[in-house]
Amino acid sequence: MHPRKNEYDFITMPTSSRLVWADFARNRIPSQEGMLRWIRILMIGGCLSAATLSAQVPEILARRCTGCHGPQQQMGNLRLDQPLTTERAARRVLEMTASGKMPPTGALPAEEVTAIRQWADALRPWSFVPITRAAAPTVQNPIDYFVRKTLASKGIQPSAEADRTTLARRLHLDLTGLLPTPEEVEAFVRDQRPDAYERMVDGLLASPHYGEKFARHWLDLARYADSEGGVQDYARPFAWRYRDWVIQAFNSDMPFDRFTTAQLAGDLLPLPDLTATGFNRNTITSREGGVELDRIRFEQLLDRTSTVGTVWLGLTVGCAQCHDHKYDPITQKDFYSLLAFFENAEEKDIEAPLPGELGVYRQYAKKFQSERNKLLADYGIAATLADWENGLRDAMKNPGRRPNWDVNYDSYSKIVDHGRAILLKAPADRTEREQAALVDYFAKSSSGAIGKETYDALKLKELSEKLKKLDDQYPRLSTLMTLANSRSQEPTHIRIRGNWADKGAEVHAATPASLPVMGEFPRNRLGLAAWLISNENPLTPRVTVNRIWQELFGRGLVRTSEDFGAQGGRPTHPELLDWLAREFRDTGWSYKRIVRRIVTSATYRQSSDARPDLATTDPDNLLLARQSRLRLPAELIRDAALRVGGLLNETVGGESIRPPQPDGVADLQYSMKWEETQGRARYRRGLYIFLQRTAAYPLLMAFDVPDRTVSCARRETSNTPLQPLNLMNDPVFVEAAEALAARIEETPEPGRVDRAFALCFGRPPTGRERDALLTHVASRGWFGASRALMNTDEFLTRE
Amino acid sequence: MNNELLQLRRRTFLTSAVGGLGLAGLPGLLAADPFAVKPPHFPAKAKNLIFLYMEGAPSQIDLLDPKPALAKWHGTPLPESMTKDFKFAFIKPNAKVLGCKRPFARYGQSGAELSDWLTAWAPIADDMCIVRSMHTDAFNHQPADLILFTGHMLPGRPTLGSWVLYGLGSESRNLPGFVVLSTGKNNMSQAAQWSSGFLPSSHQGVLFRRTGDPVLYLSNPKQVTAEEQGQDFDLIGELNRARYEKTGDREIASRMASYEMAARMQLSTPELLDLSKETAATKAAYGVEAESTRAFGTNCLMARRLVERGVRVVMVTHSSWDQHTELEKDLKKNCDITAGPVAALIQDLKQRGMLDSTLIVWGGEFGRTPLGDFRNAEELKAGRDHHASCFTMWAAGGGIRGGMTLGKTDELGMNVAEDPVHVNDLQATILHLLGFDHTRLTYRHMGRDFRLTDVRGQVVRKMLA
Repeated sequence: MHPRKNEYDFITMPTSSRLVWADFARNRIPSQEGMLRWIRILMIGGCLSAATLSAQVPEILARRCTGCHGPQQQMGNLRLDQPLTTERAARRVLEMTASGKMPPTGALPAEEVTAIRQWADALRPWSFVPITRAAAPTVQNPIDYFVRKTLASKGIQPSAEADRTTLARRLHLDLTGLLPTPEEVEAFVRDQRPDAYERMVDGLLASPHYGEKFARHWLDLARYADSEGGVQDYARPFAWRYRDWVIQAFNSDMPFDRFTTAQLAGDLLPLPDLTATGFNRNTITSREGGVELDRIRFEQLLDRTSTVGTVWLGLTVGCAQCHDHKYDPITQKDFYSLLAFFENAEEKDIEAPLPGELGVYRQYAKKFQSERNKLLADYGIAATLADWENGLRDAMKNPGRRPNWDVNYDSYSKIVDHGRAILLKAPADRTEREQAALVDYFAKSSSGAIGKETYDALKLKELSEKLKKLDDQYPRLSTLMTLANSRSQEPTHIRIRGNWADKGAEVHAATPASLPVMGEFPRNRLGLAAWLISNENPLTPRVTVNRIWQELFGRGLVRTSEDFGAQGGRPTHPELLDWLAREFRDTGWSYKRIVRRIVTSATYRQSSDARPDLATTDPDNLLLARQSRLRLPAELIRDAALRVGGLLNETVGGESIRPPQPDGVADLQYSMKWEETQGRARYRRGLYIFLQRTAAYPLLMAFDVPDRTVSCARRETSNTPLQPLNLMNDPVFVEAAEALAARIEETPEPGRVDRAFALCFGRPPTGRERDALLTHVASRGWFGASRALMNTDEFLTRE
Repeated sequence: MNNELLQLRRRTFLTSAVGGLGLAGLPGLLAADPFAVKPPHFPAKAKNLIFLYMEGAPSQIDLLDPKPALAKWHGTPLPESMTKDFKFAFIKPNAKVLGCKRPFARYGQSGAELSDWLTAWAPIADDMCIVRSMHTDAFNHQPADLILFTGHMLPGRPTLGSWVLYGLGSESRNLPGFVVLSTGKNNMSQAAQWSSGFLPSSHQGVLFRRTGDPVLYLSNPKQVTAEEQGQDFDLIGELNRARYEKTGDREIASRMASYEMAARMQLSTPELLDLSKETAATKAAYGVEAESTRAFGTNCLMARRLVERGVRVVMVTHSSWDQHTELEKDLKKNCDITAGPVAALIQDLKQRGMLDSTLIVWGGEFGRTPLGDFRNAEELKAGRDHHASCFTMWAAGGGIRGGMTLGKTDELGMNVAEDPVHVNDLQATILHLLGFDHTRLTYRHMGRDFRLTDVRGQVVRKMLA
């Protein structure tokens, strides 16, 4: 499965150029012959276009420069007999030649400098160029105008509209992620009003499940999980509050500019939105013994920086951690300047009671604290605790004197968040929470330092268990994971070759130099967000509408939705992409508005059946002469099975669930227990399944849910034998099949086959399908038939 | 499942589900089959890989790289000049040296040096290429696991096995192409050893579990017999075929192929797990019958059976080697559990003529320090900390030059002194033996061509036969 590169270019390019281009794309030097042929073709093309001028450049360089910068010698570490792929390298050549500094034998003629200038301009990533707005007629949906214009230029007819049952199922799945009921399909099929389709669209956009559908995709970008990664992979029991925020934001159609600002800098807003800052708390962490805290923090900063690149800029800025980006104009300095925006942001868990919690908590808080104090007093730990604290502080400041204390301090500083800072405060200055975290750790894990005898004599293990029990008995306040600017102003340094310990020059918060300037925006996260959504930045709207398109067509107008740089794909429909980007930005950043625009287009409503006439010319449907059949994502497969079985619990929002899974799956994980969710909650939607990073729920693993270690803009879709085993044999799906069978059997014969098809596919069976099903039911009953129906390709596919 | 039934099921399934489709004539279907066998870059020495992963990091000083000079330093710190460039996970550079108590002897014609806890390896000494000069970049478990298997310290990249599967495809049509078998405790890297990272998840390793079904959801639900399962598969095939004819989407054919393989996996795995046809001598050699070696020995035997059945990569992991304390007791215990079965595996493969085409690699994610970890006050219970600067691994079989010891460490085992081999070099060598130029086995992701060896790696020519 070698990925194809820049397919669109390949289709539109003449064969001989494809060879040259293929070489470039693979980072190889094209053969001289290929190169010359390419140049000739462009010349024969006849026009004095920029491309023609640029095409002369390899020849100019070969004639003028490669004596000193070629295969024999590479003065100044520069080699010009190989194709340069970056704008930056080309700019350097331009600068030297235009100023007359090079070649040393005398300045180049003006037309050659012009050629070099155009060549350098052409190497600028397409996505950096300001958004244009091509004129589109007002009578037709502009999407159709642009798509059909391309099709017409190639003499291709678009496909007919899909039938109504398919449209209903497609739209429900795309906008809410839920299969329509037979009644919902029927109602649409019968609706004779001219705007029946638009009415269905509006109804679904208003559904609370719309937010769930679009949150699912955003959570991949936000690398959301319910555990923190690393060896221990502790749970983040309140991570879901950020997930709820995302769902609500989509449901209320929060404008994307506000959505952006809240997540990157919600703590800095005049009216703070702290839940949204949970976006940057989804970063993985490590508590492994022996790992340096500064290193962990550095890796978190790398992640936050790269994530901005992927999510808003569509650029792989992470490449510049170790060196200047090889292909895109992102320097190492750019990368660390971007990182500097996050340098002073600190992770902060705050008590943020959920509705109904505070009253009860207040009622019992005093009682809890006095019981806890009594317990601590009963065990007489004060003196040993003070000694232990002193010992840890000593290990912190003078490591290497007592190995057992070194190890205990290392562990303490990892397990207790901000443990070092707490230890350095006098007990009276600590908050109750901080003191409790320290004492709890002492009771549980100080044995290695204070010695087993002392630990046993004080019965600390028993105390630890009692403290835990007491804690579980009393109401606690829920917490919120936030990011806040509370860290002292640490300077940011470039890290040489990306090595966290090897500090280079100091840099200040700034956006990449090759992108539009930041201007008056403040040099903080608020300013970064403002810049991302400013009119001057062409990337954010392009990248975002492209992902919306991807959700609704299975692939973006730019296939590489995570990479809009020089190595990424090019848009198949550049004018359409820009039109959508402008529409999105200029009309208030409304997701729902763009989604509505797209799904009401004739392009979206086409049939997804394969087009034999395009099988060789456009097998991947780049030209959009039809819709595409898309396998459902993991979460929606489970939703579909539970829904046809009538089992799905459609409650929106709330805590994560742990559905039943086979014994032993969670054992892979180091420290956590998979405590099965009881009652109806276990049937909640797949979006809410507890995402344990190091031992993910098997269904999620089997059906391509990204591991959520880093931001992911695009899921792969694979086919493995583990998928059928999962769907055939997992008790969850067996239960759903049994429930579906029972539902079908509620219908009197001879209506059952129709009912089964209506529930699963929203359409009536063909004669052949009816016969096959009836034959099967005769020997296997409806349970066997239900299992088979839920395992068909059609059931798992949005057509 | 008897063979006859297997044949019968296969026939029905193949005819009913796929036979009528004429799949062979479909353009692009082969490319769509993630399991199709693909040729490597050049003719390979090995076609299978068994990685015996001793997770936690075995002490090379006490097993494979004797350091008699440590004796005179025992109980004292080294001079600062010798330790100033070092950082360790838990101990500080001023930690006291822990001498080695193990006697070493030479074995085989090649005179491989093994400690008395590894005498079980005497018969395979001439097959081993011992590399004493391994080094890596991380001295903490998780990042070191990651760099050993994915070439990079941060999570998210494909592992060695996934790369090999991506490059070569799978020869087995009944079993996953990349299988993981594990024993021991405190497995820290978890999926890091078998994750397909950004490669499609069809390339991920399949962990054969210790309890319940070896492969998740392998067994039919209890209310479904094998025959009924077959009938349900057949109806799925029939309905899929009808849908294919309506939509013409060749993805349906790929889905049908995966259902077909799942059905075959269900039928053939019980046969794989059934050891009753193995001879008593074989079972005894692997330690399958003895309590202490049963779990690991069975995994080693299973590795051979998997390779016999065309499985491309097998990871056999034993993860109890992190001896910060109780080195004397626990290191010996691990050797007692693993040394015999490992020797049996090599000999068994050799006897069956499979060793030449099967590459075996043994080792952990880093080594252990000559300095002691004295976190436990009793000196008898001392251990060693993590050591990234030098450690020992060995390889045998497919294309490896057996009976040699490569590389040297300095007198005290602090650093590599000769022929350094970075873990990326080892990866390049493994890929080379499997027929790949490691710089050309790449996958485009996030705008970049990624490879297992990241930006480094040199094939270690001296290891090659």
